[in-house]
Amino acid sequence: MKGELTKKKVKRIKVDLDKCNGCRACELVCSAFHAKPRYSSINPARSRIRVVTDEINDEYVPIRSTDYTKAACDGRRVYTIKGKEYSECSFCGTVCPTRDLFKDPDSGLPLKCDLCEDDPPQKEPLCVQACSLNALTYEEMEEEVEEEKKLSEMELGLKSLVDRYGVEKLKDSLARISKKHSCRD
Amino acid sequence: MRYAEAGYSLEVDLSRGNIERVETDPKWTELYLGGQGIAAKILWDRVPPYVDPFSPENLLIFSAGLLHGTPVPGANRTAVNTFSPQTNFLAHSLMGGFFGPELKHAGYDRIVISGKAPDLVYLWINNDKVEIRDATHLRGKGVHETTRLIREELREPNAQVAAIGLAGENRVYSASIEHGFASAARGPGPVMGDKRLKAIAVRGTKEINIAHPAELFDVCIKLRKKIAESDDVGDWMAVDEDDSFHHDNFAWGNARTRLKNYWNEELQERWTRWKYDNMDRQKGCYNCSKKCINIINYKGKRFGYKCYGKDTYHMATFKELDFSYEILPLAMEYGVDSYSTPQIIAFAIELYEAGILTDADLPGFPADSGERAFYLLEKIVRREGIGDKLANGVYWAARQIGRGAEAFDHNTTKKFEQLPIKLGKLNPPYFLMIATGEKMAITQIEGSFPQDPIPDLEEREAFIKKWSVVVPDEKFLRWFREWEKRNEISNEASCAITDWNEAMHYLDDSLGLCGFLSSFRGQFGGGVVYHINNLPQIITLASGIEFDKDKLWKVFQRNRNLVRALNVRRGMRRADEKPPKDHWAVRDHEFEQKLLDDYYEFKGWTKDGIPTKETLDQLDLGFVSEEFIKQGILSGDESASSRAEKVGGC
Ligand code: SF4
Ligand code: SF4
Repeated sequence: MKGELTKKKVKRIKVDLDKCNGCRACELVCSAFHAKPRYSSINPARSRIRVVTDEINDEYVPIRSTDYTKAACDGRRVYTIKGKEYSECSFCGTVCPTRDLFKDPDSGLPLKCDLCEDDPPQKEPLCVQACSLNALTYEEMEEEVEEEKKLSEMELGLKSLVDRYGVEKLKDSLARISKKHSCRD
Repeated sequence: MRYAEAGYSLEVDLSRGNIERVETDPKWTELYLGGQGIAAKILWDRVPPYVDPFSPENLLIFSAGLLHGTPVPGANRTAVNTFSPQTNFLAHSLMGGFFGPELKHAGYDRIVISGKAPDLVYLWINNDKVEIRDATHLRGKGVHETTRLIREELREPNAQVAAIGLAGENRVYSASIEHGFASAARGPGPVMGDKRLKAIAVRGTKEINIAHPAELFDVCIKLRKKIAESDDVGDWMAVDEDDSFHHDNFAWGNARTRLKNYWNEELQERWTRWKYDNMDRQKGCYNCSKKCINIINYKGKRFGYKCYGKDTYHMATFKELDFSYEILPLAMEYGVDSYSTPQIIAFAIELYEAGILTDADLPGFPADSGERAFYLLEKIVRREGIGDKLANGVYWAARQIGRGAEAFDHNTTKKFEQLPIKLGKLNPPYFLMIATGEKMAITQIEGSFPQDPIPDLEEREAFIKKWSVVVPDEKFLRWFREWEKRNEISNEASCAITDWNEAMHYLDDSLGLCGFLSSFRGQFGGGVVYHINNLPQIITLASGIEFDKDKLWKVFQRNRNLVRALNVRRGMRRADEKPPKDHWAVRDHEFEQKLLDDYYEFKGWTKDGIPTKETLDQLDLGFVSEEFIKQGILSGDESASSRAEKVGGC
């Protein structure tokens, strides 16, 4: 079952790690833009983009916050790129419990990148404007995307599970899992 | 609400383990801005002149600049001040990177450290939570290793760390404080070691408020772009591989030998390959789009250097760039200044060759100059054998070794190793800067007015076109246009040039701006982004305190005179104001002394280089003149030679 194809404006920020000089101007301006009133205060800890930095390892990875998750992933994968080791967390924008990245330092609430939505719109998100080295570049394009793709993917997955285990078993498991979930809450 | 600044100092007494957060007087910001300016005021108020630098009463102050943490690009120089055991005067020390801004976000404009810990400790500042922690497990560890271990044990990868290595722990005078790939040299390293403070880690997640947010932000977006696009700011040596300037003009060995035609194409090609084959990246400092710091991974060791810092070790030992690449990672882990230390090493090698130091002093001394440098570095950082004397710098080592070693100390001023520059004819403003500068190294004093005339008319006018935006006064353009021979320039011009050069450094060092965008850089290219004409507006937008050109110039004069007062109170006089004898081959004592007279008069100082009561009082430094009179340093009716100076002098 396929979702309907629709035209949609897709926005994205591309990151060229080799161009980053680790200056964190992106963090600074992001925090300024999202301050209330706008630009009135600076606080990189409140930024929606953070440069994961480890000087000794020559590691500078600007990542933007994406989704919020209650549970941490196992996060144990390590990648070697040009002889340097990176934890997979260095590339992950998820707001997760294992680190203080992308959480408001006072309230602990997740901070999510909104690509500097504004009215009238900014010509580019602020971090891109501030990154004079073009480590961050902005792209906007019309793309055909499948609407509701996630849902159909889930349905597909469920169907395959039903095929394998039968409806009754799946129902039981679902009931157990959802009970566990509510206990954890 | 306080704008641009946090409004608090962190006071740490290591003897008693006492920690306090103290609100600062907002008037000080208007008078001294911040950074080194306010540090000088604190040192004046709290460290009496008889205090030995290695006494618990000496203060060690880490200051953020007034503009740190604001959107102003390139505001990241942390000033570290104390009284130096080497010179007994104010230690002027700066480091780039990320420390100052992080400190601001933790809620402090500065850390004032007093006392002495019973054993090795480090300071952990996490916003309002501040702890003195045991650091005995970090004893003897390199600075980068220390940084890594501290971040791991605090589980805070975002902590900014400034640490000393073995050299600092052993109170080596040329020990530096290292932070990332930046380094604070010229005095505070040994004092940090004396206080048994291995490191400071800081993490801050608080707001810095801006007085005129939208306007300042707009100015800064433009400045950031200009900084990225302009070749007139930043360290051009990061991109220009032709380094004939230092190698052909500076002296090699113990500041002795010039190799005038050293540089050639084949060498440049080879060195360029060494660099780029081993370079990971070029890095910048906080909120700056320049890439001044070369990050090199050589034979599995990663280190960073900037500017002339890559030349000093191989020039001291008559080697090539690869030798510097061999020794720099080790020197950085030990935490030693890469300007003074190679000179101390070259000085020791010379003493050995002259038979003053013998095999008894240097058992097993190798034959190769490079191996000798490694040998001596180990002795110095451990204060082992002869290293115990060499660790006190060239001036003191020469006197402690004796046997004629004093004659080999030919390149210090005020007991501090100067850059190894030996020239022919006198450059009058340089005479004044080296003689009277209290930031101790010429790179910290020169910079706004070019070192040499530009003979080519077209080139000169192209330079002036950009430069005319940054000069404080038209007369500098006139003087530069009329300047033909390096040694021929009027005393009036020399005085005003020295004054302006100093002004920009004093402002940078209180605002926390990088000299590569400002004070040091106008001489090359003319088009710096920060200057006396735009800084007043920037400071006003950030801090909400109204500044204009005259008022800001007066801050420079105030801070300048306060620093001089600190040193005068500790005994500095005219007799100390002497560039190395052989700095220029041709000297004219009478001319130089007249020039010095004129400069003192221009500054409103007595014939002995002491600010007069009138000068001090005009600059709201009445508390200084009062004490000077009380102590008999001034009588009070010294001829008031000072003129009411406006921007740009006379
Ligand atoms: S502004 Fe650009 S260069 Fe600077 S840290 Fe962010 S991504 Fe890197
Ligand atoms: S100009 Fe260079 S040294 Fe100065 S702040 Fe920028 S990157 Fe750092």
